[in-house]
Amino acid sequence: MRSSKPVLLVEDDSVDAMTVKRAFKDLKVTNPLAHAINGEEALEYLRNESNERPCVILLDLNMPKMNGIEFLKVVKADDELRQTPVVVLTTSKEEYDIVRSFELSVAGYIVKPVDYKNFVEAVRTVDLYWMLSELPEQEVGVKDANFKASVVG
Amino acid sequence: MRTSKPVLLVEDDDVDAMMVRKAVDELEIAGPLTRVTNGEEALAYLRSEGNEKPCIIFLDLNMPRMNGAEFLKVVKADDTLKRVPIIVLTASKEQCDIVSSFDLCVAGYIVKPVDYERFVQALKTIDLYWTLSELPNGRW
Repeated sequence: MRSSKPVLLVEDDSVDAMTVKRAFKDLKVTNPLAHAINGEEALEYLRNESNERPCVILLDLNMPKMNGIEFLKVVKADDELRQTPVVVLTTSKEEYDIVRSFELSVAGYIVKPVDYKNFVEAVRTVDLYWMLSELPEQEVGVKDANFKASVVG
Repeated sequence: MRTSKPVLLVEDDDVDAMMVRKAVDELEIAGPLTRVTNGEEALAYLRSEGNEKPCIIFLDLNMPRMNGAEFLKVVKADDTLKRVPIIVLTASKEQCDIVSSFDLCVAGYIVKPVDYERFVQALKTIDLYWTLSELPNGRW
């Protein structure tokens, strides 16, 4: 990824989460990987001001409590959160899931390859693409500016 | 790209459009490249029933008549159009352009490399990613 900010992985399956972690390590992706196990936890993470905002969110769809689509609906309706690119990483090939996700403006929809070598290649491509693409330097600066303005004002 | 549907290029500059076309040919990217010169023309293209819908849109930002940000606002408010991934392809490195584009949920923001070989490399990465990624094939 272009920035050194964390990548937020939203994934309920601990084996799948471990695979992502391993692929990051094998590819020497240096971004820290933050992990939430469902949409609700991911929202808590994103709304906790002491956590650094992620540069990219990797999102599973089928999760308990709050699933991927429900999470996307909340994030894309939130002015603070909507600018972070969300890439779906799922086992679902259902056209319905694909269309729903793109309707909610995801920045990619990747069906997890079962084979680890192919999975690493997929993560490499995702990393390469988000290295090429610019990413918003998030509101921190804006917030600071507002804060300063209010102090000065 | 994963499908052989057209790629819609929204770009007012002839030289830049030619460079994209040349790189697309060189990389043998499947699917025709359809070019329009501003946001207004792009909307007319997308809303004309006779045209095949693109799998992806490459969007320049600085254009006359309807610029990239204005186009994005219309598309993302339109239930049938909002599902097409839009990748900004621009010369602008301005943070305000980057933030306002991601605010409108673009699926990538690429600053056009000036050097042609580097531009081909960039397009190769874009093609690789959007071949890996699924795309909505649903009827419109």
